[in-house]
Amino acid sequence: MNLPLELAPLETAAQMQAVARLYGEPLLQLPADLYIPPDALEIILEAFEGPLDLLLYLIRKANLDILDIPMAPLTAQYLVYVEAMRSHNLELAADYLLMAAMLLEIKSRMLLPRPPREREEEGDPRAELVRRLLDYEQMKMAAARLDVLPRVERDFEWVSVFVAEKVVERLPEVSLHDLQLAWLTIMKKARLTQHHRVRREELSVREHMSAILRKLEDGTFAVFDSLFDPALGPAGLVVGFLAVLELVKERLVQVAQNEAFAPIYVKLADAAHDA
Amino acid sequence: MQLTTPEDFKRVIEAALLAAPAPLAVADLRRLFESDPGGDFVRRLLEDLRAEWSGRGVELVQLSSGWRFQTRPEYQVFVDRLKEERPPRYSRAVLETLAIIAYRQPVTRGDIEDIRGVAVSPNVLKTLESRGWIDVVGHRDTPGRPALFATTRRFLDDLGLRSLTELPALTEIERIMDLVDTKEIEAAAAAATEKEL
Repeated sequence: MNLPLELAPLETAAQMQAVARLYGEPLLQLPADLYIPPDALEIILEAFEGPLDLLLYLIRKANLDILDIPMAPLTAQYLVYVEAMRSHNLELAADYLLMAAMLLEIKSRMLLPRPPREREEEGDPRAELVRRLLDYEQMKMAAARLDVLPRVERDFEWVSVFVAEKVVERLPEVSLHDLQLAWLTIMKKARLTQHHRVRREELSVREHMSAILRKLEDGTFAVFDSLFDPALGPAGLVVGFLAVLELVKERLVQVAQNEAFAPIYVKLADAAHDA
Repeated sequence: MQLTTPEDFKRVIEAALLAAPAPLAVADLRRLFESDPGGDFVRRLLEDLRAEWSGRGVELVQLSSGWRFQTRPEYQVFVDRLKEERPPRYSRAVLETLAIIAYRQPVTRGDIEDIRGVAVSPNVLKTLESRGWIDVVGHRDTPGRPALFATTRRFLDDLGLRSLTELPALTEIERIMDLVDTKEIEAAAAAATEKEL
């Protein structure tokens, strides 16, 4: 930052001229305590939270009565800052320009003579500005006080004792009745699986296919009915029938019937027999 | 375990408070016991406990949402030495916004901007929201239905306050404000807006 070089011309006569042109009055007439050395500008400018903050700073620094603000010097000083911001290429928020316009408007309203009646109606043109300034200052100070309050993680910590998970683990309660129920459920389940397993062995189509093949081993015709054992029950018979169908499908047996309703004979297929 | 003396009850409350990850309200503490010992009884034990812990590095405090143990602020300097990083400082923009929400709630973003005289950056509100200190409590019934912000219980807890009334009093500016005839100001403001229109 080449701040000193840029600001130096501020003190030259030419620059004074420019400033005077801006505000309509020479800068030299400003009260001495309102003047802020240019070197301080850069540091200060970044620190302002907006035009109200800047105005408050100017007022408080100069020990001005906030209820009776001398508009001319305040406006002049404000514009010096705004101009300095511009010359430093600081991004100048529209809020600052709006405030500048407002200050100039108030100043001009105060300068213009008005008929006594109208003056009475309008009141002090500075009133709204004063209200906003005071409002903002109040909140600004409240913020500072809030910041001073002890705050968790900055000024103190929550205390929390480490509780080992196992100690607080909730173990479910078990009653005798629960045990009984559980046992019954297990028994029921066991019976189901057991039954299922037996059926699978009994009703294996493959097994029946082998058994039928074994019965036909000698290569002669066997009566269809003789392939089934009624003792196996309906399920066993169905599986046996399926086994026969499966054997036919795989061309392992031949099924013959001479005429309708005649006995059915089954014998090994030639290929199977030869093999 | 049979609880007979108030001392027994007190130890139960102490254990619950120390193990709790969040403040416990009196109503929570009453649920610790099979038969409700009553709010007054619990409150009396809490006061006893607070007195018992008064000479320690840790204190029992009453917050907005209940009671909680916390370290004493005077030892934070030492506690901080074991920390990896310092807690971040909040910018003036964040603090001023927080102050406006705390003292003037519920407020809209526009209200905050009116008082501060500058636009409120979304990051400022996001910072406060993610800290759990403010939230949206409704919408003002005006065009655009702007969100209304208010502070949370967490905000009070984290700042060791029991209620908003415990916020630091606003400065004597209020008295200065009273000195100015507010009616006059309002009339002037009204006249100004009329003129603009």
